Amino acid sequence: MVRSNSDNPWSYDNIMKPFIIIPAYNEEKTLGIVIDGLRKYNYENIVVVNDCSTDNTEKIALQKGAIVLNHIINRGQGATLATGTEYALRQGADIIVHFDADGQMQAEDIVALTEPLIKKEADITLGSRFLTKKSNIPTSIRIVLLLGRIFLRTLYGVKLTDPQSGFRALSRKAAQRIEIKQDRAEHASEILIEMFKKKLVCKEVPVTIKYTDYSQQRTQHGKFHFWSGIKIATRVILKRLFRAVRQR
Amino acid sequence: MIEPIQLILILFVLFALSRAYLRYEEGKIRTGEFVFWVVIWVSAIIAIIWPRTVGYLSQTFGIGRPADLILYVALILLFYLIFRAYVALDSIEEEITKIVREVAIKKGKKK
Repeated sequence: MVRSNSDNPWSYDNIMKPFIIIPAYNEEKTLGIVIDGLRKYNYENIVVVNDCSTDNTEKIALQKGAIVLNHIINRGQGATLATGTEYALRQGADIIVHFDADGQMQAEDIVALTEPLIKKEADITLGSRFLTKKSNIPTSIRIVLLLGRIFLRTLYGVKLTDPQSGFRALSRKAAQRIEIKQDRAEHASEILIEMFKKKLVCKEVPVTIKYTDYSQQRTQHGKFHFWSGIKIATRVILKRLFRAVRQR
Repeated sequence: MIEPIQLILILFVLFALSRAYLRYEEGKIRTGEFVFWVVIWVSAIIAIIWPRTVGYLSQTFGIGRPADLILYVALILLFYLIFRAYVALDSIEEEITKIVREVAIKKGKKK
């Protein structure tokens, strides 16, 4: 369990309390390895948000000692991340890390990702696949990511090397101010738009994303497929429109 | 002289109006929405009883056949209402997510 801050105020661990949020939907194959990987680096607050999985996701997460939050209805990745973030805030988290359950992200990168937050150099950090050459990104994904980048830059003025990265760390302040309202995969774009609107300081950190066959199979149906890219862009725009109408 | 089709249409419109009024009484729709429906249905009654009014209107708008005007108006209204339904659906989705989120957080588990 987390020690109280009064035990040793000078200990590095005690000053900052990081929470790792892992959204999971039918991830029994990789979730165990991912949690083990995080445990190796002594992260104590690992929160698996189970988005109504039909497999053993919940059981594995509990076995591996993670905190499990269960969505009783499937609400999508964005909603799942927001649930974990909200929970972490209520538990007094200082730093919130968004991490994937499919094994693409590397636990070792979290140290570099959270460092600018601990040093108060940034409110939010994004893991970028393009600041380093280590990530083996397939060409099809590269193209979709490029289009996403153009979309965000022209419409919202977001200038980043890898705006669709799901690997990010938020300070408590940033997490409180950013509202994730998009339930599905649009959260990556939405967080950025919110971030720029609320003038939060963002820093990109090079990370390694490993595209395995397994993760490829999954993401082909999900985030990075060309048509889902178009769909995501449409929903980002529509949602803005809907909100404008409702607020009138 | 009122034709049977006019009678049927008027009865239907009156029925629709009464529904709108009941919803308004229950507080399920706002004053603005109620006024919107009253305007729609009252103009429908006028068009049914005095079809010539539609003719005058379509002429002022430069639409040849009166029936076309009705069709255009109906189409625009339908699009607008579908859009409104989308907006409503969207906010319901958001509310469902909020409930699911609260339940998940309140029932958090750890072994």
